[in-house]
Amino acid sequence: MSCVQTIMDYGLRSLGYGERLLPRTDFTLCQQFTLIGSGLIWNIYFGALALIAGFFLATALALGKGARPAWIRKPSEWFIFVFRGSPLFIQFFFAYFLFLSLKGVSPVFDPFSSAWLGALVVLFFNTAAYSAEIFHGALKSIPRGDVEAADAYGMSGWPRFRRIIWPTMLRLAWPGYTNEAIFLFHATTLVFFSGFPAQQQKGDALYYASYFADKTFNPFIPYPILAFYFVLLTLAITGIFGLINRRLNRHLPAEQRRKIRLRPNLIR
Amino acid sequence: MFSFCTDPDTLSDLAWMACYLTTGKHLNFYYAFGTVLVLLAITAPTALAFGFAGASAARSRVLPLSLLGKGYIAIVRGVPDIAFFMFFVIALDQGLEFLKHQWVCPDWDQPIRQGNDFLVCQAAKVPLGTSPQWMHKTYSFFVAVFTFAIVFGAFAANVLYGAMRAVPRAQLETAEAYGMTHRQTFWRITVPQMWVYALPGLSNLWMVLIKSTPLLFLLGVEDIVYWARELGGTKTPRFTDYPHGDWRMWYFLVLLVFYLAFTRVSEVVLDRVMARLTLGQATTGGDAQRKAEA
Repeated sequence: MSCVQTIMDYGLRSLGYGERLLPRTDFTLCQQFTLIGSGLIWNIYFGALALIAGFFLATALALGKGARPAWIRKPSEWFIFVFRGSPLFIQFFFAYFLFLSLKGVSPVFDPFSSAWLGALVVLFFNTAAYSAEIFHGALKSIPRGDVEAADAYGMSGWPRFRRIIWPTMLRLAWPGYTNEAIFLFHATTLVFFSGFPAQQQKGDALYYASYFADKTFNPFIPYPILAFYFVLLTLAITGIFGLINRRLNRHLPAEQRRKIRLRPNLIR
Repeated sequence: MFSFCTDPDTLSDLAWMACYLTTGKHLNFYYAFGTVLVLLAITAPTALAFGFAGASAARSRVLPLSLLGKGYIAIVRGVPDIAFFMFFVIALDQGLEFLKHQWVCPDWDQPIRQGNDFLVCQAAKVPLGTSPQWMHKTYSFFVAVFTFAIVFGAFAANVLYGAMRAVPRAQLETAEAYGMTHRQTFWRITVPQMWVYALPGLSNLWMVLIKSTPLLFLLGVEDIVYWARELGGTKTPRFTDYPHGDWRMWYFLVLLVFYLAFTRVSEVVLDRVMARLTLGQATTGGDAQRKAEA
């Protein structure tokens, strides 16, 4: 079987298209590359959606944590503490079984017990909490002069936030936020090892990598392939975030622009 | 456990709960919390040692050694850790068995990799197929510890590498002026002073280490996650005296609370340690402490 045929058969296997049965014997390098790459679609799906949705919640949480009234501040602080203080792995498990129990209460919760929605919700909350902490730190280190200048121009409330505080916050937080994004994509590999079932063997990249490692008893091929894909993914994220970083810093003199220093990859 | 537990069907709710929570399996569940703590207690110093070795190697003036140190830091940090964990457990296992195979059965003529199988002679199995259950458990536990130590060693190496470079240059110049050799400067000046710079990073790492302990489950150790799934699942009266529905949600809630509490306690303790270490140091933290006293 040629490699093109394999790609036709298994390229979208993780979404349920193409060949139904996974290869069982005589694993070729092409099959491993194709299937693990196909699984990567899920990692990108989880990572991208959680990141985009989490961005807005994170902004709200960061503002909430910096707010004065206790009834806003306390819930934000607790939300951030709960999601940053416990392992993502346990959060996945807990959420999965929670959704399973809620299924009995109302059919509204049916889709939550499958990975595409349930795990996405967990990742969304989780990344929102981590990003909120980064944003909160940035919010606290906005130069006082910037805010005073805004006041001097007669800005206050929403215009001041939208035109001064928010862009500055993003600019300061961006290097940290880039790391968080990379981190989140790495964390998506946990989804199918934490209760959420991979229905009809539609799994993510790590799921297929461990499938091959189990079947061949040879970890030295699938895991390096997985690593290769993730290095590519990390480079892509760094590239995209670097462009945004350039845009956020475009008004600054060249030597003041902050380069993103990569410090990715710690387990959450 | 208790004397009134002989016939659970007749018990009131409270007594039933007391009996249920002290069954043999639950005691295993409580032991598993101990396993997690033991793992942390062994891994943390081991990882620190790995990190120290890695950082020292990365700083070395011998090129191969410094490349080795930097490569170790870079590779482990670039890949999703869970993949690393799953990779390492098999790789370590096979590596050990391969080495032992070379040692014990030198006249084995078949290839070790036969298609999809990894075959070594019976005497080279680690642990031996005939060894008792506890040997297998201990072995898998230590493989887990070693894997954790390697992964976290790389993170720690990175932190310590930065901390060693953060020690003020003037301090090292003074040491040189006193005629200390490189080795003496390293051990007497750099190492004692680097900890205050390393502690924020290391305490971060400790938090991460705590939060990564559920991955033990993936390494095949019977840890709290394993028991929570095991005990929480629906039990029918046919197989147990304590039938109940699907309680896994509640068991994982307990785990969630356990980790939150552990994190909180660590935070408080580490804050105290940091306050103790900054005392009298020439850092902004130390200055702030002096001002607060005055």
